[in-house]
Amino acid sequence: MSPLEAPSGNRFVGQRVQRREDARLLTGRGRFVDDVVVPGMLHGAFLRSDFASGSITRLDVEAARALPGVVGVFTGADLNAILGETWVDYEGGPRGRPFRALAEGDVRFAGEAVVLVVASSRYIAEDACELIELDITATAPIVGLDAALAEDARPVHPEHRSNIAETVPAIENPEIDRVFATAAHVVTRTFDQHRYACVPMECRGVVSIWNPALGELQVHISTQGAHGVRGFLSRVLDVPENRVRVVMGDVGGGFGQKMFMLPDEVAVVMAGKLLGQPVKWIEDRRENLMSGQHAREDRMTVSFALDEDGRIRGVRGDLVADVGSFPAAGSSSIKFVGTVFPGPYRIPHMQYNAQAVYTNTCGRSAYRGPWLMESVVREQMMDAVAAEVGIDPLELRRRNVITDDLLPYTSATGMVYEETSISASLEQAAAMIGYDEFRDEQRRARADGRLLGIGFGLYVEPSGLASGTMSSEAAVISIGINGKVQAVMSSGSHGQSLETTIAQVVADRLGVDVNDVTVSQGDTASAPYGPGTGGSRSAVILSGAAEAAASKLRAKVLDIAAHQLEAAVEDLQIEAGRITVAGSTTPSTTIAGVARAAYTDISALPPGAEMGLEDKARFTPSAAITWSNSCHACICEVDPRTGGVTVLRYVVSEDCGRVINPDVVEGQIAGGVAQGIGGVLLEHSAYDDQGNPLNVTFVDYLLPTAADVPTIEYGHIETPATTNPGGYKGMGEGGAIGSPPAVVNAVADAIAHLGVRPLRQPLSPMAVRALLDGAAS
Amino acid sequence: MNELTVSMTVNGEPREVRVEARRTLADTLREDLGLTGTHLGCEHGVCGACTILVDGDAVRSCLMFAAQADGCDVVTIEGVAASDGTLSDVQQAMHQCHGLQCGFCTPGFVMSITALLELHPNPDQETIREYLSGNLCRCTGYQGIIAAVKVAAAAREQS
Repeated sequence: MSPLEAPSGNRFVGQRVQRREDARLLTGRGRFVDDVVVPGMLHGAFLRSDFASGSITRLDVEAARALPGVVGVFTGADLNAILGETWVDYEGGPRGRPFRALAEGDVRFAGEAVVLVVASSRYIAEDACELIELDITATAPIVGLDAALAEDARPVHPEHRSNIAETVPAIENPEIDRVFATAAHVVTRTFDQHRYACVPMECRGVVSIWNPALGELQVHISTQGAHGVRGFLSRVLDVPENRVRVVMGDVGGGFGQKMFMLPDEVAVVMAGKLLGQPVKWIEDRRENLMSGQHAREDRMTVSFALDEDGRIRGVRGDLVADVGSFPAAGSSSIKFVGTVFPGPYRIPHMQYNAQAVYTNTCGRSAYRGPWLMESVVREQMMDAVAAEVGIDPLELRRRNVITDDLLPYTSATGMVYEETSISASLEQAAAMIGYDEFRDEQRRARADGRLLGIGFGLYVEPSGLASGTMSSEAAVISIGINGKVQAVMSSGSHGQSLETTIAQVVADRLGVDVNDVTVSQGDTASAPYGPGTGGSRSAVILSGAAEAAASKLRAKVLDIAAHQLEAAVEDLQIEAGRITVAGSTTPSTTIAGVARAAYTDISALPPGAEMGLEDKARFTPSAAITWSNSCHACICEVDPRTGGVTVLRYVVSEDCGRVINPDVVEGQIAGGVAQGIGGVLLEHSAYDDQGNPLNVTFVDYLLPTAADVPTIEYGHIETPATTNPGGYKGMGEGGAIGSPPAVVNAVADAIAHLGVRPLRQPLSPMAVRALLDGAAS
Repeated sequence: MNELTVSMTVNGEPREVRVEARRTLADTLREDLGLTGTHLGCEHGVCGACTILVDGDAVRSCLMFAAQADGCDVVTIEGVAASDGTLSDVQQAMHQCHGLQCGFCTPGFVMSITALLELHPNPDQETIREYLSGNLCRCTGYQGIIAAVKVAAAAREQS
């Protein structure tokens, strides 16, 4: 058997195995970064800019420094000059991305950290911040896409000539010119997506422990990837990476925000090193909502050319993305938006161009499906086109969807879909939500003055993203002297249940009980290099590494057992930790027996075999993308009086290949759907025209509650992937990708008969009322 | 700084702490008493992660000063499971129903559900959703949490 060939008789993969993580988290015995306490630990607090843009004309920290309990006060002048290289592992080298530890000379967004105070308690550090005298002469800020793109716009970063952070030029394409010139229908719309944010329940936080005697740094941090933090800090501080240990512990959500360290976290670690003392900083919610990175603010103009039958012949797209002042690495995804735009449809020709622009606002981070503007726009456009050419929106999708007989299918942008079930998921969602019956119900409701609507979000999800540092994951698996299994994984969970799903995969591969497998993660002192969770990669790539390492270890176990039992390896089987010869129960041995021999008795091993039972594997999937697919369907009701929207039903048909654990898959989908519902209806990281953030508490930034999210109905289709031995596909981001367009389309459908259609979000009651008022006038 | 002595019962044990008047109960529990299961998600009383029971009522410990808890009976997440580690019915139901993912909001939900089932032993869907709307979760979409309330309530009814 080749190491990557799946053995038969799996017992745990596919089951609703209850989570291994739960016992500690349910009893208050998790270990999140704020739970870390070390002797002599000091506490940091930041003074942040109240202005979006301006010059620092006076900064006097002497009164703060003099406050009893204050140990250190740091300004940009103290830290920026000693910053080393500030590129993150993911970037692979310097990319010119603006970065500074603290503001210096000027401020570039409201919320930018200006001063870091370190004191014996957080209370004193915050007291000291109030004693700092900071004068800023405000200048007119660049807020919004139009301001950034204006001819005479002042550059947000004076060292850059313009506010263009990144450009994707259109490629000349005479064929698409011909398609548009001869199309029966050309429909053009501009869609705006508003700014909202990841908002993990645990804010960011870091504990920096510098040991001056050893020249060693230990960092506890709330992050999506410990190794990325280590590589980055090693360069920033010019400390050899083998003298930097990063531990992530339990992480209370990330969703993209915790992929990369932000300037304030770096300032804390630098301060700890300069002071030679441990320093803790825990971000508060106001900081998280104001300075912890935002996402999603995009505008896209798109044109569809269609033939007389409503078949799409070509698409043109023009995207502008706002990346704020200090964006995180890879946050704009503007290139990828174009690459995946054709999505689930047969679109023969695509022409695309894009720009990312700097503004005097909080920097952009990745957020669960950072490229989702493609689905948000494409799926809204399908409904807009359907209305314009007079075809039912489900029927328009049916006419254009990639059907199984076309697989493998290569999109206009070169993406190849093979093991997908795109049209099946569309049909499953339509059947589950009862599309035809709903149209009857909708007509009756309208007659009663009620506004009901239905919307779809059909998409293919590029999961298991494997490029650059993200191309691989690794596992080190050992069976201990008493026969229990430990898997040390390259990347760790921030809520994805990997301690459970990886244990299921390893247990099946080794033939042991899932409870005999422990999964360790998130400590660079023990874990092999990994890029961290993100890009819906763990099920595909981390599981692949676990399967590969477990397969190698299984081969070692069988080798020793075959020697002990005087049988051929091919004749052996492992069930529940017992190794038998096929077709017979005697003689037999156990994994524990093999392990004992492997560690204690070289004479019991086959000649030349190495002692011990451990192995390592690094896995790269056979394609850079493992495509999963899904269709969301949403029914909502709009209150004509208030403009309030209630989501009545929500259906998700999902194909993530072979399902490792249905509870985990459904949990990931539900969380993403809630983020989409919240994103469209409630959440908004808004600025006024002076660049003041307007939503910096949970009273203003509204997260969806238990009252806002309906029961979600799931349909599973399992088309195994071939990019990895288990047949798995990722789906961590899909819930958040499919839901925004499904919700927008449902609201739009509810009011479509009034002749109005939303082109921007959020669809707050006020915004929906404005649309209804527009219809009435 | 003005300091006070606060005496309270925490998870059944008498505890006495000397605190600044401005110190929150959440900080006292976490930092002075080492009970880090009470989490801080917003510190302005919206997210509910810091929910504890004070004299049987669900309370946000970020909005209460430690001094206000003088003489009170406080139960935190650490006091919910039995001393041998056996989970309470609410904790068990959360586990069974996949009611948690990252687990940061979880202690607050367990405390709120515990209080809810004291008030409404057999809550209907609307009551559950309404009551739990004071706790925020970003991972689960509330599906498993709502299911867990029903499972725990049904188990109590049967026993």
